[in-house]
Amino acid sequence: MKIMPCPLNGPRNISEFVHGGEVRDMPNPTTCTDREWAEYVFYSDNQAGIVTEWWLHAASGYWFIAERHTVTDEIIRTYDPSEIFNQRVEFSDETTAKEVGA
Amino acid sequence: MPFSLLKYGLNNDYPFERDADLPAPSELKSSYDVVIIGGGGHGVATAYYLAKYHGITNVAVLEKGYLGGGNTARNTAVIRSNYLTSEGVKFYSESVNMFKELSNEFDFNIMYSERGQLTLAHTDATVRAFRQRAEVNKHFGGRTELIGPQEIKELVPTLNMNPAHMPVLAGLWHMDGATARHDAVAWGYAKGATQRGVELHQLTEVTDVIVENGKVTGVKTNRGTVQCGCAIQAVAGHSSLMAAKAGFRMPITTYPLQAMVTQPVKPFLDPLVSSSALHCYVQQTGRGEIVFGGGSDPYPLYNTRSTMELKESLLAHAIEMFPFMANLRLMRQWAGITDMTSDYSPIMGLSPVENYYLDAGWGTWGFKATPICGKTMAELVASGGKVPDLIAPFAMDRFDVFRQVNEMGATAASH
Ligand SMILES: Cc1cc2nc3c(=O)[nH]c(=O)nc-3n(C[C@H](O)[C@H](O)[C@H](O)COP(=O)(O)OP(=O)(O)OC[C@H]3O[C@@H](n4cnc5c(N)ncnc54)[C@H](O)[C@@H]3O)c2cc1C
Repeated sequence: MKIMPCPLNGPRNISEFVHGGEVRDMPNPTTCTDREWAEYVFYSDNQAGIVTEWWLHAASGYWFIAERHTVTDEIIRTYDPSEIFNQRVEFSDETTAKEVGA
Repeated sequence: MPFSLLKYGLNNDYPFERDADLPAPSELKSSYDVVIIGGGGHGVATAYYLAKYHGITNVAVLEKGYLGGGNTARNTAVIRSNYLTSEGVKFYSESVNMFKELSNEFDFNIMYSERGQLTLAHTDATVRAFRQRAEVNKHFGGRTELIGPQEIKELVPTLNMNPAHMPVLAGLWHMDGATARHDAVAWGYAKGATQRGVELHQLTEVTDVIVENGKVTGVKTNRGTVQCGCAIQAVAGHSSLMAAKAGFRMPITTYPLQAMVTQPVKPFLDPLVSSSALHCYVQQTGRGEIVFGGGSDPYPLYNTRSTMELKESLLAHAIEMFPFMANLRLMRQWAGITDMTSDYSPIMGLSPVENYYLDAGWGTWGFKATPICGKTMAELVASGGKVPDLIAPFAMDRFDVFRQVNEMGATAASH
């Protein structure tokens, strides 16, 4: 059994968790170009080595961050997202009403 | 034993060079017209068609391990064309047609075996989706029908018609479904390519891609640097890593895919059978072993380890479908690392680097595409970058314009 050390729930079977993808900066969806949005949504580094990723503990609905080695399958460190995200990201409201595309 | 065979075996010069399927290893030249990175089925098929149809033979296939030792040797060899989109069905149908002729063409038996493939539906929604897939497949010349429980029972008498309390409502019966010996496919192409002058270099790892003014000019390897007129990357699970060496990112995530095989038993199962809800497919090989496969691992990894969790869940589902298999023993298990795209279609064609072509994003479904992929990639290269119509929908920049070719539903359960 592979164990994931959850920052909230302690060590649990990894089957209780859902992989959420690489941690990366989200461009402002109301102002970025289609290409930038595609880059954010689809493209990735997909590295062989240490990656920083979002993970979800499904049972408790808790999202956190894990540093993991994608070759050795080792989980190096897990922590609460507040370590990286210490303020709320707001996208301005004025532009949200704008029609995107035709 | 015939006397000549004994004499042959005891001869000092045995094995004779002239009898070898592949030429002995040679030095790398300093430059080639075409460098193909990755000696899997796709790489050698591309080399073969470059030589055969376009007379381009100053070609090197560079393989870091051994011929076909990547996913080509690890797949469960399901060959079929019953996808969902017209782009997908057209492309894969062409590949199935080519597969049928390969043994003759190679004069080398790839053990192509047309058993038919049966996918089970357990919900009304799946039945509707199957109806659509049957129509699309027929429209492009494939043989697919929707069949009911009675016909399913006749085709596969050992099947439990109520696996995991999910009654079998209907089946997508794809008569073109087949299987073949995957190593033989790689060897057949490699043999045909090298006989025509292509060089296959095993144990040759590409460590860097040289790009000058936005154009590829060569590759660095563990055996030195080679110049090239153009290069193709066909490295499956390593696609993102190779693209990074060439300086760009890809819409790919690498996941392991596991499979396993039981001890051999008497023939009992002719068609390839898969269940859309149980995420499991089962087939019996010509030797009598039963091969199982299912969905990818739950998180990305560049590692071919096997896990108990996947074995347990996959086998639980397989036993639901064929309860008597609970008495069988597993013989082998393995995994490959697969280059998954989010729309379950490949990435073929041009890249952001000039003269650097992509054959990637084959995930869990690329073995069946080996012939058509080699043929169309060869066309692309020979024409200096004019993308053949058949593969135009699979260009990488489809993601930039949100024009995915969604084959998820038609791929997940049966590859
Ligand atoms: C368990 C499993 C089951 C599958 N089942 C099916 C199926 O039933 N039907 C189906 O159609 N498909 C299936 N697939 C998918 C299929 O196997 C692949 O899509 C297909 O084999 C890809 O072929 P390829 O030649 O592109 O890749 P590969 O055969 O993986 O070849 C790529 C080669 O590139 C080499 N390479 C990598 N990096 C370098 C480097 N830096 N320098 C030089 N060489 C390098 C590798 O060593 C490798 O040999 C399955 C895959 C797996 C793992």
